[in-house]
Amino acid sequence: MSKKVKKEKSMIIQKEMIASLFKELSTAKETGKKVVYTFVPGNISELIRAFDMLPVYPEINALQSGMRKKSRDFIRDAEKIGHSEDVCTYVKCDVGMMINGNIGPTGEKIPDPDLLLLSYTGCFTFMKWFETLERLYPGVPVALLHTPYQEAQKITPEMTEYMVKQLKEEVIPKMEKVSGKKYDEEKLKKILVNTNKVEEYMVKIFETTKNKPSPIDAYFAGVYYIGPINIGFRGTEEAVHYYEELYKEILERVEKGLGPITPEGEMKEEKFRLVVEGPPNWTHFREFWKIFYDMGAVIVASSYTKVGGVYDNGFRVNPEKPLESLAKYCMNCYTNLNLEQRVDLLSDCITNYDADGFLVNSIKSCNSFSAGQLMIMQQLERKLEIPVGFVESDLVDPRYFSYSNIKNRLESFFQMLEQRKLILGN
Amino acid sequence: MNKYYLGIDLGSTTSKAIIIDENDKIIGRGITNTRANYLVATEIARLEAIYNARFSLLKMKLEDEIEDNPEYKKYIDDVESVFQYLQFKHRLDRLSVQFQDTIKSTFDDDKKEDLSAIVTKIVDTISPKIRHEFINSNLGSKNQFFRDIVSERYNNEVNKLHKKYFDPIMLIYDKSITPVENELTDFNFGKLVAKAMEILDKKYSSLADNERTTSSLKFDREINLLKGSYKEIYNSFKDHIGFVASMDIHIADMVGTGYGRALLPFPEKSIKSEILCHAFGAHAIFPNTKTVLDIGGQDTKAIQVDRHGLVTSFHMNDRCAAGCGRYLGYIADEFSISLNELGPLALEATNEVNICSTCTVFAAAEIRELLNIGRKRTDILAGLHRAIVMRAMSLLARSGGVRNEFTFTGGVARNQAVLKYVSELVHENYGDDITINIHTDSIFMGALGGAMFARRNSKK
Repeated sequence: MSKKVKKEKSMIIQKEMIASLFKELSTAKETGKKVVYTFVPGNISELIRAFDMLPVYPEINALQSGMRKKSRDFIRDAEKIGHSEDVCTYVKCDVGMMINGNIGPTGEKIPDPDLLLLSYTGCFTFMKWFETLERLYPGVPVALLHTPYQEAQKITPEMTEYMVKQLKEEVIPKMEKVSGKKYDEEKLKKILVNTNKVEEYMVKIFETTKNKPSPIDAYFAGVYYIGPINIGFRGTEEAVHYYEELYKEILERVEKGLGPITPEGEMKEEKFRLVVEGPPNWTHFREFWKIFYDMGAVIVASSYTKVGGVYDNGFRVNPEKPLESLAKYCMNCYTNLNLEQRVDLLSDCITNYDADGFLVNSIKSCNSFSAGQLMIMQQLERKLEIPVGFVESDLVDPRYFSYSNIKNRLESFFQMLEQRKLILGN
Repeated sequence: MNKYYLGIDLGSTTSKAIIIDENDKIIGRGITNTRANYLVATEIARLEAIYNARFSLLKMKLEDEIEDNPEYKKYIDDVESVFQYLQFKHRLDRLSVQFQDTIKSTFDDDKKEDLSAIVTKIVDTISPKIRHEFINSNLGSKNQFFRDIVSERYNNEVNKLHKKYFDPIMLIYDKSITPVENELTDFNFGKLVAKAMEILDKKYSSLADNERTTSSLKFDREINLLKGSYKEIYNSFKDHIGFVASMDIHIADMVGTGYGRALLPFPEKSIKSEILCHAFGAHAIFPNTKTVLDIGGQDTKAIQVDRHGLVTSFHMNDRCAAGCGRYLGYIADEFSISLNELGPLALEATNEVNICSTCTVFAAAEIRELLNIGRKRTDILAGLHRAIVMRAMSLLARSGGVRNEFTFTGGVARNQAVLKYVSELVHENYGDDITINIHTDSIFMGALGGAMFARRNSKK
């Protein structure tokens, strides 16, 4: 059987979208387009697009470097200039890439930033990251958008007001200055109409995992599905088209009773349904996925696919209230939820998607994700009486991926699930 | 025909085998610390478990008689101990030959003769001592490996020599022990038992003589009975032993677990994770177990189980193996003492030191520093044991804490000082109501779980 990965139409569309963005970026200096560096959680790409600027996401570049086996050398170079072993490896990988000419995943140069939009959402490292970028690109303006944490498990009107005020007084004026264009609210509203459609599709797509077998893997394939919204396409026509096509393809799979497509081929038998917390490891992404594939384990929901926006609880942007919508979107990001909210969200996923177990992939160098994971895991174990598992790796530092350790623990975890089914199933 | 089930636990430091019957009752135990490949280790452990099973079956066969005559049990235990001695002796003879081979291949001609004579003298000195301990002091029941027994006595003799001999004589030992340990010998059970019985015959007859001459000797009740009736027992047992020796111990199914499990040529269903096996084994022995702590050679595992013995979560040490069995081995080497002496010495501490570092390599540096400033060995050892348990406590906390009842398994559970700190810290952190279970078969829990899975596999 050929190991060639089957390409669906949506995959081709996504590939073209990414290629066109990086092409546009590589010629930005010639075309005069301005470039904004910003982060995935709480990424207000609609606002960037409203000013006809182009977004660059250092995290995405870092994970791409990890997948392309370039992160080891980038990290080494960042450590050489003084970044400690304990620093977030996205940061080091990104810095390493920049000091090596800033060549992006498509082999084209990524332009220097014209604006650093620091959307601070639950990750303290973001601040330090952009302080570093500020030193690498002296004189580039920084716009800080501070997203208040959902300390009291809710978004209060004051919090929204505070966010909108920052958008009006800090972010928009800086964008106007960098782009040379006036803020056009009507344009933003139009973009948000597309965002709204994309959000609806996203929810429908990730809900298809309620089917048995699940037609998709909501973690390993899920990271591809969230690609467009996480690299700046959320409010675009292309994104609407992509998700429309993707949803159609998935519905076809549901109709035919097919399992997920994986790099190893189609998943034949769904033996276990899991909910996974934490980002995946990018340096050994395929090997990691294969362990699950070999065990017949499908991820029916994951928190990681919610980093670019949480829509499970009904939140959608309202194009009529554009700035307020952007504010609420940022505050609703997964890493901006408090731990109780995360437990509730994951607990709902486990119940609604009928998962057999819960697994944490803890990230050695990511505090914002890893803090609280043990507590989350223990609470879910007690509340739902389901088997839970814990493995540890890293985002893009290949030194922290121990295949045999991870395989050993996952094997135990899957045998736990199997044993449970065997004994309690009858 | 009765069916038996085999569980093999290939750990990082030792390999264990357990044989159970159809009621999950343990009838055979085998363990080896050979560092040879896993297949040899499996075979050594399996053979030992089968010998042990034959003795268990003999006791079961004679259950009624043993109940009426307690000296029968003593007799069978004695036979098993001498049986173990004969296996030991075979290895020691092999080691002696290996010593001479090593000398021939390692040293210059002018040194060979001298070294050969010294080594021969050492073997001649320790050999009868060990024989005496096996036959009269039940050395076989002390769970010591061939290497431990020999090295302790060999080192003692080396210390008596001129210091110029220290390096070459230790080198000879180091180069020779491993190949001998890794050798697989399939003994003829019947013949070896017959030989053991002959040796015992002499022992008991001399006991009878001794009593006449030395009235101060105190014997326990069984011995007193034995010396009067050993000939009778010998005769009545001979047939039974012959039967058990030739009996086919039919292994209906087996399951492999532990680090090396993937290397076993077993079908997929017969390879189980050690997490499940340890939990299953611990839960079988102590059915109220909720939390299991297993400290093995390289792994520490904190496992939470539900009322069915099913694992709900587990945590293992990642990246660093400080705090595991190998750490103790390393510390024993640093102090030039055997692994078995560590715990008892640590229990003698009067002023336990605080060891800050739990990195194995750094701990060694810390030990030297502490010894230099005059801290007592026993106090340092106590601190080291506490440090290991502190690490285990942190892992337990990560896995969700200690729930009642708590079962401690693995090779390290044999160490009395570790037990003391586990018990102290568990009660301190989780309350005095926590019941702590420890079993003499703690090191075999993984293999037991494996054997139990094998029995269930075969039922399907």
